[in-house]
Amino acid sequence: MSRVNRATAAQSLSVSLTVGTYGVAFGAASVAAGFSVLQSCLLSLLTFTGASQFAVVGVLGAGGSALSGIATATLLGVRNTLYGLRMAPVLNVRGLRRILAAQITIDESTGVALSQEHLGEKEARQGFWLTGIGVFIFWNIFTLAGALGAQAMGNPAAWGLDAAVPAAFLGLLWPRLISKTDRVLALSACVLALAMTPYFVPGVPIIATAILAVFLGMRASIWR
Amino acid sequence: MEINLVDPFWIAVIGTSVLAFTLKYLGHSVPKRWLSHPRILKINSLIPIALLSALVGVQAFTNGSRLVADQRMAGVGVAMVALIFRAPFPIVVLSAAATSATLFHIG
Repeated sequence: MSRVNRATAAQSLSVSLTVGTYGVAFGAASVAAGFSVLQSCLLSLLTFTGASQFAVVGVLGAGGSALSGIATATLLGVRNTLYGLRMAPVLNVRGLRRILAAQITIDESTGVALSQEHLGEKEARQGFWLTGIGVFIFWNIFTLAGALGAQAMGNPAAWGLDAAVPAAFLGLLWPRLISKTDRVLALSACVLALAMTPYFVPGVPIIATAILAVFLGMRASIWR
Repeated sequence: MEINLVDPFWIAVIGTSVLAFTLKYLGHSVPKRWLSHPRILKINSLIPIALLSALVGVQAFTNGSRLVADQRMAGVGVAMVALIFRAPFPIVVLSAAATSATLFHIG
């Protein structure tokens, strides 16, 4: 194994620690939604992609079915496929290593890898592995802490957890709102989901908003 | 310990995990040209915005199938102010929780 670039290692570690601590919010949200501590930890170990994890506990916590929870989480996980496409030629791995690389293919590992590409392909690879493994370790430790903490708390509303969960979604959403199209979509999706809530089973109003994204995405490419 | 396989929470944990890994692995395995169409890339960048916005709305303003305004609305409002002032993620979440919890105990 070649020497690790110091700047790459520093960035990987700081991203891993910062993002890993969000695991507390996930563990707490998951238990507040009715998942057990074991189920919450398994979601972090096996699903290991933050937005999808928050989504599935959010949908089931609001009374949605397992199917609509899985569907919402899966739609949010599609971007990891595109990250995999981007990273595959950089990593160039097969067999067990490809399986490990796939599991840690998330926003952060891909983001750090791409930010290191100007230093070289070796640094990009190191950034990917260090960040992916780092986030995995911290995310899982902090999930357990958050889940145990929430279990000890009792009523989630008494601790403000009921507002912390939508605030966490808002925090995940905010950096994505760049163009006017993004903001129009965000507002209309929120309104559509609320307008549908009284008339549809829980979960369906959330997943239905994906149609808005498809519609706007098609129009954007027609304009071009 | 036994795992009840028709329990919706277990179905959600297993189903979400299997599909999440499948999607990740797919990206490392299929030829790049399959999924790099500009329209697919555009839609893919918009889907998280739609779903996360819907989740914010539903988590903050509904109770079962009813639309409600309670302490959660104030919490999310404070979180939005924190985001406008570029506060880091933990501050955003904690400020929302503190606001909501305070109103819950006063109310």
